[in-house]
Amino acid sequence: MSLIEVKDVTMRFGGLSAVADVSFVLNKGEILGLIGPNGAGKTTLFNVINGFYRPTKGDVFLNGKRVSNLRPHVLCKLGVARTFQVVRPLQRMSTLDNVVASAFIRTKTKAEAEKLSLEVLQFTGLSDDINVLSKGLPLGKRKRLEIARALATQPEIILLDEAFAGLNPTEINEQIEIVQKIRTERGITILIIEHHMKVIMAVSDRIVVLNYGQKIAEGTPSEIGHNPVVIEAYLGEEHSA
Amino acid sequence: MKKHLPLIIFAGLCCVPLMDLSSYIMHILILVLMWSVIGMAWNILGGYTGQVSFGHAAFFGFGAYTAGLLYYHLEISAWWGIPVCVVILTALSLVIGYICLRLRGAYFALATLALGEICRVTAENLVDFAQGNMGIMLRERTWVDKTWYFYIILFIAGGTFILIKIVMESKLGYYFVAIREDQDAAESLGIDTTFYKTVSLCLSGVLTGIAGAFFMNYMGYIDPGVVFPLYDISITTVMVVMVGGAATYWGPVVGAVIMVFLAEEIRSLPYIGAAHMTIFGVILILIILFVPNGIVGDYKKLLKPFKRKKEAS
Repeated sequence: MSLIEVKDVTMRFGGLSAVADVSFVLNKGEILGLIGPNGAGKTTLFNVINGFYRPTKGDVFLNGKRVSNLRPHVLCKLGVARTFQVVRPLQRMSTLDNVVASAFIRTKTKAEAEKLSLEVLQFTGLSDDINVLSKGLPLGKRKRLEIARALATQPEIILLDEAFAGLNPTEINEQIEIVQKIRTERGITILIIEHHMKVIMAVSDRIVVLNYGQKIAEGTPSEIGHNPVVIEAYLGEEHSA
Repeated sequence: MKKHLPLIIFAGLCCVPLMDLSSYIMHILILVLMWSVIGMAWNILGGYTGQVSFGHAAFFGFGAYTAGLLYYHLEISAWWGIPVCVVILTALSLVIGYICLRLRGAYFALATLALGEICRVTAENLVDFAQGNMGIMLRERTWVDKTWYFYIILFIAGGTFILIKIVMESKLGYYFVAIREDQDAAESLGIDTTFYKTVSLCLSGVLTGIAGAFFMNYMGYIDPGVVFPLYDISITTVMVVMVGGAATYWGPVVGAVIMVFLAEEIRSLPYIGAAHMTIFGVILILIILFVPNGIVGDYKKLLKPFKRKKEAS
């Protein structure tokens, strides 16, 4: 069943089409990877799905309902959470408060919000850092804090924008585990942007490839790995299997 | 002890009128409390929500004029201005919010600055309705003695302090701070930033207006130059909070104490005349350079030189 449907979405900035006529479907319970060279329009597409941009043309549907004219906070209420490529923690707040602020969307009292936040922080392995100001966290933990914040909104779908960029190999493995746990333990659907091919091949069920704003391929990781168009545009020879 | 500090200070202040202080000292204390209220009000919007306003004179003046005009036109007690200005200031905040809150950062600050000035010029020109530059005078003030004025503003200040504490420990407080730290991130975490910024502005505006309405009753005379000025109200408000410490509970109070006393002291210095403004400017620069979080926010930094000396000796 399709949870999110992106239909013929075009996003134009002045004369530049950052995204052109892209359509794809995100099914319930799946992990869909979104890859492509820098400037291919991946983050722009996220911003469209998430409500920061209104698409110039085309629409986004959530559970069959058109959502392309809604603002991000409304979409969040409907169950779409996201993380940012460049981490954006609420700097002068502690790790816990960061998560509490987002937990309030579906909780009434502060006690409830704190309970939910502590649980989410445990899930993402940040329990030891709850009182640290978030600007003092190392990058690896800040990336996880982004995920924790998104989870605290109790979403149906999470959009992960380069949640692995800049991590060392150990952190990458921990992060892969967290991403897989998000699906298996919480049943949350994931749309993930990633440059790290090992990660994207390992976690995704299907992959959509963008290049210059256009969708050039879609399929399972092994199909994508063999696709000559994708190899030419993005992967290069060494990744072709 | 620390938890009860506000209560102890409040109780202590309640006893002040029993000490039979001179009328001048009482006047200074009343001004300190009034500026605390304005500072705390500004702090909600500028400190916690991160929307720096240079136009709080608009709210202050509207509060004062609400009280004054009720007296002038309807001939009822100007004290009615305090409850009535809650309604008027909410409406005004909604209008200002609609115009200004779509702007961010410096543009918001500039828009509020302009709005403050628009209010002053408008008040100056409303000769029939608001007496223009002649101002509004109460024929007689409610009390000659300052005791009751002191208690009234003390309770307003206490109430404001408690209100802010409650707000900041609730969902609202978390949302305000989240908006300050990163508006886009807040938006994507499900926070309706426009709505919560408007709420913050309304709270801030209403509390500032109440201080204004009190000012009308206390001083017995207002004119546009007194209640709508850019420097004496808007900028001073920002300074009170910056000196004391933005986004802290005690910052505006400490700032009000320092600024009011400083203003009195500097004004009585010989030979400098209007140059006393320069001194405020220099102080602001020093604060921003060395204690950017204000005295309450950076008090540890301020104590450091003394501590080191102790260790050395």
